Amino acid sequence: MSAAIEAEGLVKTFGGDVRALDGVTLSVEEGTVLGLLGPNGAGKTTTVRVLTTTLVPDSGAARVNGFDVVKQANKVRSSIGLAGQYAAVDENLTGRENLRMVGQLLQLSRRDASRIADELLERFDLTTAANRPSKTYSGGMRRRLDIAAALVHRPPVLFLDEPTTGLDPKSRNAVWAVVEELVADGTTVLLTTQYLEEADRLADRIVVVDRGAVIAEGTAAELKADLGETVLDLGFVDPDTAERAAVLFRGSWQGGVVVDGSLLELSVDSGPSQVMLALRELDSAGISANRMALREPSLDDVFLSLTGRRAEITEEEES
Amino acid sequence: MTSSVLPEAAVPMKRSRVRRAFGDAMVLTERNLIANLRIPESLFFSSVQPIMFVLLFRYVFGGAIATPGMNYVDYLMAGIFVQTVMFGSINTSIGLAEDLQKGLIERFRSLPMARSAVLAGRTTSDLLRNVVVIVIISLVGFAVGFRIHTNALAFLGAVLLMLFFAYVISWGFAYIGLAAPNSEVAQLMAFPILFPLTFASTAFVPSSTMPGWLRAFAEHQPVSLVINSVRALTQGGPTARWVIPALIWCTALLVLFAPLAVWRYRRIT
Repeated sequence: MSAAIEAEGLVKTFGGDVRALDGVTLSVEEGTVLGLLGPNGAGKTTTVRVLTTTLVPDSGAARVNGFDVVKQANKVRSSIGLAGQYAAVDENLTGRENLRMVGQLLQLSRRDASRIADELLERFDLTTAANRPSKTYSGGMRRRLDIAAALVHRPPVLFLDEPTTGLDPKSRNAVWAVVEELVADGTTVLLTTQYLEEADRLADRIVVVDRGAVIAEGTAAELKADLGETVLDLGFVDPDTAERAAVLFRGSWQGGVVVDGSLLELSVDSGPSQVMLALRELDSAGISANRMALREPSLDDVFLSLTGRRAEITEEEES
Repeated sequence: MTSSVLPEAAVPMKRSRVRRAFGDAMVLTERNLIANLRIPESLFFSSVQPIMFVLLFRYVFGGAIATPGMNYVDYLMAGIFVQTVMFGSINTSIGLAEDLQKGLIERFRSLPMARSAVLAGRTTSDLLRNVVVIVIISLVGFAVGFRIHTNALAFLGAVLLMLFFAYVISWGFAYIGLAAPNSEVAQLMAFPILFPLTFASTAFVPSSTMPGWLRAFAEHQPVSLVINSVRALTQGGPTARWVIPALIWCTALLVLFAPLAVWRYRRIT
């Protein structure tokens, strides 16, 4: 196995002081899915733009399919597909016209471009809407067309930039099914997402980025393992109470202690006795919890423990 | 949906750089023209304004404006033609700003296509759009009494000059469209540029009644030179004294605007 995507120390600064990428290094094995996870503004889209040659990094280097993204940009472009929130379809053109245009711009003959457009429309269940301007499409249909446009030349590497942002659950599932098929077919996928569920479901490996830098990396299971096997959630009346409760455990507790609003999350890997210990500790301090739950840690917990923030709280996306 | 039904990959054509650039520009020209046809309201309403200008100046103001040696309607139409194609060029900036805003340029930049194609396609489709506009304005002009007092060949020369001028202005607006934060602002930015160039010119009134400083500007700026050329080519009189400086202006502006727009396109972030 070799790496289909390799990035080394990517730095990109906007307007002199906004450091959108601050040394991003990552690598994606051929035929696998890498989930690039992080909140809005973390540098996910900027990373994708560098890797898809639409943005030149200030420093660092990247290779896609063995081609340098700066020096061999056109070779990279011929071997990648890009879809997602920032790469759009033309809403004045029909679905068929959109796909045919992309085919022709991929230097296919008009005939080949038309044939492939029809086949893709069929495959993505857009045949009945093929001759309607895409502005009449639903969000899910538009996203399918967008992904179809990224697949016209069967690229070995596919970039999906937040492919399901803003989609309803049914459309989201349809997009996930397509990605899973493509991967089964041997396509390498780099997927950015702010949905932990999405990374959990699709990605073989996950890279967590925040403020332009990679802050964690591993499989979903590895990232979760750092947090322990089981989490005890204790809900309090307000964040102050949760914080007072957290003070009891910080430093002395065996495992993670995380406060999220009025919720206190404790790792309780040692089993029931550790849960008992936690409750007794609270009781003797005279702090009472108003709800309690035991659960497996989620990627959300991973993100929270790494950054101190929830992943899905959105900030302004970088331009 | 099973994985085996993904279409078989087709082999890209091997083309020289020049042929690829030309082919890609044609694909995008076609795409822009389709959009024009899908939104006929756009062409309709952008024709309404010049038609109202024709009627306004022909019937309301025209009687009060003296144009020695020429009917006012014959004087007016050269101004209307040039004003209309010039305002038509605003479409270049609006179209590019929209493509940028909607993420289409991002998609184009990720494709192995000629870098020049987005700008070349847009300016070419706006040129063709202006051909349609000239036909409409000619018909309106003829209906309100405009007549060509030279010959068909001279009129064709006038049309070609107007189109060349509009094409040059399109490249200027291409830069503005790429630099503007959005298409609304791109449209607003055009007005303070075009308004003084159109009205401080020989479009609607002879420059002889203007104060000296304004007259100096009005007589030498490119819009007036193009208008005077069109007037001479449709109504008679010496042409070389207008057409030659007009062509020099157009060429100089093209040499300035086109690289500027390409430079801006390359450094989109």
